[in-house]
Amino acid sequence: MAYPASYKYTKEHEWIAVEGASGTVGITDYAQGSLGDIVFVDLPKVGDALEAGKTFGSVESVKAVSDLYSPVTGTVTAVNEELKDKPEKINDDANNTWLLKLDLKDASELGALLNAADYEKFVSEETGH
Amino acid sequence: MRYLPKSPADRQEMLAEIGVDSIDALFETIPAEYQLKHDLKIPRQHSESEIIDRFRAFAGNNATGYASFLGAGVYRHYKPVIIDSLVLRGEFLTSYTPYQPEIAQGTLQAMFEFQTMICELTGMEIANASMYDGSTGAAEAMMMAVRVTGRSKAVVARTVHPEYREVLATYAQHQEIPIAEVGYAANGRVDMAALDAAITNETACVMIQSPNFFGTIEDVAAIAELAHSRGALLIVSIAEAVSLGIVKPPAEADIVSMEAQSFGVALSYGGPYCGVIACKEKFLRQMPGRLVGETKDADGKRGYVLTLSTREQHIRREKATSNICTNQALVALMVTIFLTVYGKQGLRELAEHNLAKAAYLKGALGADAKILFNGAPRFHEFVVELPISAEETNAALLEQKIIGGLPLAKWYPELGANASLWCATELTTRKQMDAAAEALRAAVPAELTRA
Repeated sequence: MAYPASYKYTKEHEWIAVEGASGTVGITDYAQGSLGDIVFVDLPKVGDALEAGKTFGSVESVKAVSDLYSPVTGTVTAVNEELKDKPEKINDDANNTWLLKLDLKDASELGALLNAADYEKFVSEETGH
Repeated sequence: MRYLPKSPADRQEMLAEIGVDSIDALFETIPAEYQLKHDLKIPRQHSESEIIDRFRAFAGNNATGYASFLGAGVYRHYKPVIIDSLVLRGEFLTSYTPYQPEIAQGTLQAMFEFQTMICELTGMEIANASMYDGSTGAAEAMMMAVRVTGRSKAVVARTVHPEYREVLATYAQHQEIPIAEVGYAANGRVDMAALDAAITNETACVMIQSPNFFGTIEDVAAIAELAHSRGALLIVSIAEAVSLGIVKPPAEADIVSMEAQSFGVALSYGGPYCGVIACKEKFLRQMPGRLVGETKDADGKRGYVLTLSTREQHIRREKATSNICTNQALVALMVTIFLTVYGKQGLRELAEHNLAKAAYLKGALGADAKILFNGAPRFHEFVVELPISAEETNAALLEQKIIGGLPLAKWYPELGANASLWCATELTTRKQMDAAAEALRAAVPAELTRA
C-alpha cells in the first residue's frame, strides 16, 4: 500500500505518525509525485509553534512551490536537516522521509484527520481515477 | 513588430467564430450611459508629411546648446553608438521580458552576462535580471529584508535620494512597514549616533545610499557592522553606477539595489531606466524578479534558462515574493553592452575622469561660493552654498544657457535657500565650468562677494 496504515493524513497531503505525545510529519507519496523533482524545502525552526491547518513552510519543485500545512497544533522539537542538501530524498521515499517532529498539544485533533483508506479514496476522487 | 491589417470580412469571420453579431455587442456589459456614442474630440488624421512637420516643430522646442550641472540621480554620460545599433536589432528589440524564455537563448545569455557583471561590480554573489528602476529596486530590497528577517521596520538615511524615499513610503504604507529616517552628520555622512539610536530589535534593515544624495561616499563597513550587530540587514542603494569604477564595492552589504542608468541609458525625461537587486546567495529564494541561470541541455551543451520562477507571481500567485514578474530586458541589454565596451579598466578611467571634472568645478565655483560637507570623500557631486538663493542663481545662469545645480531647500530646508547640488561628468567641459563660475560671479552683488 502506498499509504502506511499507521499514519494519519490531511487533505493537503501531509502525513503524521504519532507516538505518545510526539508526532512526525512528512508529505505523501501522492504529493511528491504531483510536485515532481523537489529542489528545496523551507522548514520552521525548533521551538516554533504550529497550528493545525495553518502553513508552516513550503516545498519547492522545479515547477511549483506548495505550502505545507500542519496536521495538528504543537511545538517543533526537530527538523530534518538532511533535507537542506538532499531534498530529493522526499521523491525517493516520501513515506519514510520526515520533515519535522513536534510535541502535540491536543491529541484529540488527530480525530479530524483521515486514515490511510480514506486518504486513498480522497486522492482517487480528487484525481478522478 | 508586424502590422496585421484586418478586412471587414476578417472581422465578420472572427465575430461569427465566437458567436457575436457585432463589435458593439462585445461591450454590452457596460451600461449604455457609460458607452461613448460620439467620436473622440481629437484632430482628424494627418498625412505622413504633416505628421513629420508637426513633430519637427515639437522637437524645435527642445533646449539645445545648454550646459547642465544637474545630477541628483540621473547622470549625463557618453553613450557609445554601438549600443543603439545593437539594441535596435529585431532579435533584441522588445521592451519586455521573455515569457517563452528558452526560445530566446541570445536574450537569456545577455541577461546572464548582465547579472554576472553586476555581481562583479557590487561585490554581491547573485543579481537578478533587472527591476524597473533604482527607486523600486530599493523598495523591493526593503520588502525582501522584511521577509528574510521576519522583522517589520526599516531605518532609512535621509541622504537616500528624496524621490526614492517617496517611493519607499508608497510601498511601505500598505505593507505596514514603519520607516524611521536618520539624519546626516557635519561631514555629510550618516549620523552614526542617530543611526545607533534608531535601530531597534524590530528593525529589518538599514538603508543607505553611497555615494549619497550629496555625493558623499558612506563608510559602508562601519554602518554594516552596526546594523549586523543588531540583527538588521544592510541595504546599500547606488544611484550613480559609474562610481563603482573607483569606489570600493559595498561587499559588506546584504543587499545592493542600484540604478544602472549611467551605463549607456539615455536620460529620456526620467525613464525607462534599469534597476537591479544583487545580494548574498543565502537570500536567493527571497529575491524578487527574474533570474537567468546557466545549465546544460540534453546533449551536454551550454544553455540558459529562467530559473527559480516558482517564486514568481505567474506561478505562486498571491504568495509570490514580489508583484514583479518582469524585467527591463532591453534597457539591461544597453547596460550590458556599455559595460562590455568600457571593460574594467575603461570604467575605472571613466570614474577618474568624472572625479577630475568635479574637482575642477569645485575649484571654479569655490571662488565665489562655499562648498559644504568637506569632511568625507565624494564622487562627482557636491553641495554648494551660494552667496544668493539657488533659484536666483539658476535664473541668472539660464540666461547664459547654463542649467545650474539642483536647489535643495525643497527636501532639505535646514540647508537654506542658497544650497544647491552640482554635478560634473566626463561630458562637462572646462569651458562650461569656467562660464558657469563667471556667470555666478556676475550674478552676485558686489557687497556679497567673498573676495
